[in-house]
Amino acid sequence: MNRTDIHKRRFRRDRWKNTINDLLLWLVLFFFFIPALWIILTSIRIRNEINAYPPVWIPSGFSFDSYKILFGMPTPEGAFGLGGSIPVIDYARNSIVIALVSTLFALIFGTLAGYVFSRFRFRGKNGIFLTMMLARAVPGIALSLPLFIMYARTGLSDTLPGMIITYVALNVPFTAWLMDGFFRAIPQELDEAARIDGCSAWTAFLRIDLPLALPGAAASGIFAFLTSWNEFALANVITRTPTSRTFPPALFEFTGQFVSDWRGMTAMSVLMLIPAVIFVALVQRQLMEGLTSGATKG
Amino acid sequence: MTVQTLRQNAPRKQRRIQLTERHLPLALLLPSILIILLIVGFPMLYSLYLSFTNFNLTSPGSIEFIGLRNYVTLLTKDPLFWKAFGRTVLFISLAVNIEFLIGLGIAQLMARAIRGQSLARTLMMMPMMFAPILVGFQFKWFFNAQVGLVNNILYSLTGEPHFIPWLIDTPMGFIAILIAEIWMSTPFMAIILEAGILSLPQEPFEAAEVDGASGWQKFRHLTLPMLMPFVYTAMAIRSLDIARAYDIVSIMTGGGPGNRTELIWTYVNRLAFTGKQFALGSAMSYITVILSFLFTYMFFRNVLKSRWEGAMGE
Repeated sequence: MNRTDIHKRRFRRDRWKNTINDLLLWLVLFFFFIPALWIILTSIRIRNEINAYPPVWIPSGFSFDSYKILFGMPTPEGAFGLGGSIPVIDYARNSIVIALVSTLFALIFGTLAGYVFSRFRFRGKNGIFLTMMLARAVPGIALSLPLFIMYARTGLSDTLPGMIITYVALNVPFTAWLMDGFFRAIPQELDEAARIDGCSAWTAFLRIDLPLALPGAAASGIFAFLTSWNEFALANVITRTPTSRTFPPALFEFTGQFVSDWRGMTAMSVLMLIPAVIFVALVQRQLMEGLTSGATKG
Repeated sequence: MTVQTLRQNAPRKQRRIQLTERHLPLALLLPSILIILLIVGFPMLYSLYLSFTNFNLTSPGSIEFIGLRNYVTLLTKDPLFWKAFGRTVLFISLAVNIEFLIGLGIAQLMARAIRGQSLARTLMMMPMMFAPILVGFQFKWFFNAQVGLVNNILYSLTGEPHFIPWLIDTPMGFIAILIAEIWMSTPFMAIILEAGILSLPQEPFEAAEVDGASGWQKFRHLTLPMLMPFVYTAMAIRSLDIARAYDIVSIMTGGGPGNRTELIWTYVNRLAFTGKQFALGSAMSYITVILSFLFTYMFFRNVLKSRWEGAMGE
């Protein structure tokens, strides 16, 4: 990080100011990070301490009972007020299958589209790009109305394929935008050299551009994955039963009905967070580059 | 193959490439365009049609074309609509501006941080991984009247129990939702703007320092103008997702109590699914689409300008 070093040098002059700067930063981070940490901590706290009056701030011990109950395992406390067991395994399976498969297809389609936007000039290019972005901007709740009816008529309601194609369409525009940025960062001279050597445009794409853009594709994939993993408005309408229901509508359903056990709900929230945290941690640097490389070229 | 044959083949090969290449962009774009037309384009046309009828879920057999009547009902006869609309516009303007200001502040702090820069960035990204529905759940619990974190903190600070019903109170319910939204979206703004600050050229700053410019002058006349492409990018991406607030509101208050925190997106849900007035809901949904489009168009125009016109001119 060359740039960062230059900046550090520029700001290193005043020690007193730097200390204030860092203190402020960590104070702000505290406000942004603590809520997330609090959810995780609560899921492993002892039940009585969560609802205690006066509030107990320092836990006397930890317990994984809320997770055990969530997965239907016996615990000394018995099940919390959730009216029978929650099909957590089904929700997890659906969420994972839908997010992964839709991400794969969105990535393939979006990469091709992004390549076209970055390398070709043709009439109506800006128009097509803007239309794709507008398609992505349609609020989920607005799209959920016609899809609710259409999927019911075509038998796609409450099925995995129905959810997958929906999320592919949702993710293609933004994937195309990010991939456009990544392809733009690859020098066009490489392409031209390959073409002089007799490669067709398609071969140049496969052999030169695609391998170089792969880290970027990974980052775009994470974005698509997170969108699918976290989407609620459409999933709430298209899915009905554990055959296709994903985590977000499930969380909504259970917090709506059984607000009494906040701890059980925090355990489910943590389950939802784990894959997201792992994936983002893996590719956060590429993600930043992808989002900003296009803009810096302007 | 010898050099001789290669030379002989050259012109013919050239022609073939040109022929296929004219169709290549379209061929590569086709899968994307098709799936978007199928899953977004066609359904939205269908709901546009529905919005001109009296279709409802309880009697799906009888569809009658009633022209603009649904829109007229919403715009002139429905007091809840204008309240929800006004509240939404206020919500979006407050959220986006506050997110931008806090994000810019954090970006500045992060870019100047001496210690733990990458740790700070990683912690900062935490809210980006939260599903909006999860953010809503989290804040619903924080603001809960009985066991919520906020009331608990008040209890420990004052020594007296507080059972303030934050989410039911009139301005506080709205503010609670706004806080959840800002918590969720500010980090993204901060990360993009930080990347922008780190990529700014150094020479203008050095020159300004030689001339004795103050910190504020440097920020106002150098950092801010040069940061604009990044601001556009951040705003454009943000504009795609403004309707995500629907998830937060539906789990925190569901638009209630008594429509006091209703936004246009929860109102669509209330009309179409709770109230079974599907056609009226479709008309309402088109109003949300128009609002989103305006917002998106506003910011993407700037992005397109800074991207392609710049790149094409090279």
